[in-house]
Amino acid sequence: MRRLSPDALRLALPVLAFVALLTAVFVLRPNAMSYNGFHLLFKLAVPIALATLAQMVIMAVNDLDLSIGTYVSFVACVTATFLVDQPVLGWLILLASVGVYAGLGVVIAWRQLPAIVVTLGMSFVWAGLAVLVLPAPGGVAPSWLAGAMGWKPPLMPLAIVLSILIAVLAHLLLMRSSLGVLIRGVGGNERSVARAGWSTLRARALAYATAALFAIASGITLVGLMTSADANIALRYTLLSIAGVILGGGEFIGGRINPVGAVVGAMTLLLAGSFLTFLSVPPDWQIGAQGAILIAILGIRVLLNRLEAQG
Amino acid sequence: MTLLARPWLWSWVAALGVFIVTIMATSGASTIGLAQAALTFAAFSVIVGLGQMFVITLGPGNIDLAVPATMTLSGTVALKYMAEDNALIIPGLLIALAIGVAVGIGNYILIKALRIPPIIATLATSFVIQSAAIATNRGLRIKPPALLAEFSTGFSLGIPNLAWIALVLTVAAWVLLMRTTYGRRIAAIGQSLPAARMAGIPVDGTRVATYVLCSVLAALCGFLLSCFSGGAALNMGAEYLLMSIAVVIIGGTAVAGGNSNVPGIWGAALFMFLVVSMLNTYGFQAGVRLIATGLIIIAVILAASGRRTS
Repeated sequence: MRRLSPDALRLALPVLAFVALLTAVFVLRPNAMSYNGFHLLFKLAVPIALATLAQMVIMAVNDLDLSIGTYVSFVACVTATFLVDQPVLGWLILLASVGVYAGLGVVIAWRQLPAIVVTLGMSFVWAGLAVLVLPAPGGVAPSWLAGAMGWKPPLMPLAIVLSILIAVLAHLLLMRSSLGVLIRGVGGNERSVARAGWSTLRARALAYATAALFAIASGITLVGLMTSADANIALRYTLLSIAGVILGGGEFIGGRINPVGAVVGAMTLLLAGSFLTFLSVPPDWQIGAQGAILIAILGIRVLLNRLEAQG
Repeated sequence: MTLLARPWLWSWVAALGVFIVTIMATSGASTIGLAQAALTFAAFSVIVGLGQMFVITLGPGNIDLAVPATMTLSGTVALKYMAEDNALIIPGLLIALAIGVAVGIGNYILIKALRIPPIIATLATSFVIQSAAIATNRGLRIKPPALLAEFSTGFSLGIPNLAWIALVLTVAAWVLLMRTTYGRRIAAIGQSLPAARMAGIPVDGTRVATYVLCSVLAALCGFLLSCFSGGAALNMGAEYLLMSIAVVIIGGTAVAGGNSNVPGIWGAALFMFLVVSMLNTYGFQAGVRLIATGLIIIAVILAASGRRTS
């Protein structure tokens, strides 16, 4: 039998976990096996997958972003207010925030700061800005956005189409382009990238800006789905995105990332929630059961790694 | 080492500066009240911060994200058990601490047996603990026993009782870290895990003890906080996740591990509370307050990095 490459093996586990959960959902609720069933199950997949990809780009340079959730919330607030009334100003605000992210990358690389603490500080800043933009829950989705996110393409629900599209784009961007090689190289061995003549400062700035772009897409699509926003709309994305990246086969250090895995990981976490509802797990225990599923999948991964090391 | 080179000094200078600016706004009217409030709220941050500091000292990637959930669970379960009965205070406290021990061991089993990175392991357990807390709490709001409520909001010698507790724990933590084999082992592991292992240090035992210590301190803090605020709430631990990490780092502990700083935690905890009250005093709205807090954290980190490289 031909051996799978380690990367393929890494991807195999999240995919298997996803398929297993999906099968279980279908067994419990055969009705879910339809266009509408998929539509409801994966409605929120796109923003979660995009936030997970944003986190993954940061993790590719060995950093961790504790402000993703508040940043996505901020973007959502801007989308539901400025993008409706003053689109030009709204896009400028979002563009400026990408600049802030790139600046963070520069400062972190230049002064060798711990990214966890800097992004921790930024999470306060984004939360404050979100409250200033939208003091009370509300706002509306721009009509073009609500229309686009409400579109029902033939054959497959929009969420699935977009998830596949996002996974392919992220794969091309991070695994097949020279930008991706540079970013992952900084995570793998920063010194060797520097010795080879690249600017690691620039690489980090690019990584952070790329992450900001993914996070902006996440916030905008989220508003498109929810049709309004509030300053706390995406706070749980910070932890969900970290879990999704790890679930999808990424690592904390060494620039080892897997964009397709991250998207699948995010969708698996989303599906776990529906699965537990269908099992009629009391809502009290749902978060706990999600934690247990996370632990189980990671446990299986360790087991597989050990088998691989032995064989 | 001169006084100026001591990393803990800066968090104290910053705290004092903010204190003075705040008092200037009220022209000295509420000096004592502000100081007492600052000591009370800093005490909570210090207690969880000490535990987080031990964990962070273990080296890169070691952070306990289960702190808020542990606080909530211990506060909820202990208050429910004591049921406002003064006679059950001691067993109630022991139950809270036992929850901390159990969480710490659970965390370490995941980290060791499943080789899950600590951040994800403690995140996963925090989901489970949070669920347990929700299931126990069920919207109940049980008051703490009268004696305990009185103690946790009271003062001795003009200093809040909670601050005394935090102070005793701080001294104990300093002794543990600087004067015992266990403390030196933590620092050694944080500086280089392979080297520590080669030197024959019982790495696993030390790490288990550290995760247990952190959870026990979080449980104790949850217990005290729920007594202080007149009941346990499901979101009561939420702000202490970021707080516990922030006070450790601002206090001068190396984020890469291997070098911790006990006195700095107090300075940082006072600073974090005083910044918020300063902005409140000057009448800033919530959004501006959050932004300023974030910018100040980043500024402190930047200043601290300049100190190290020069």
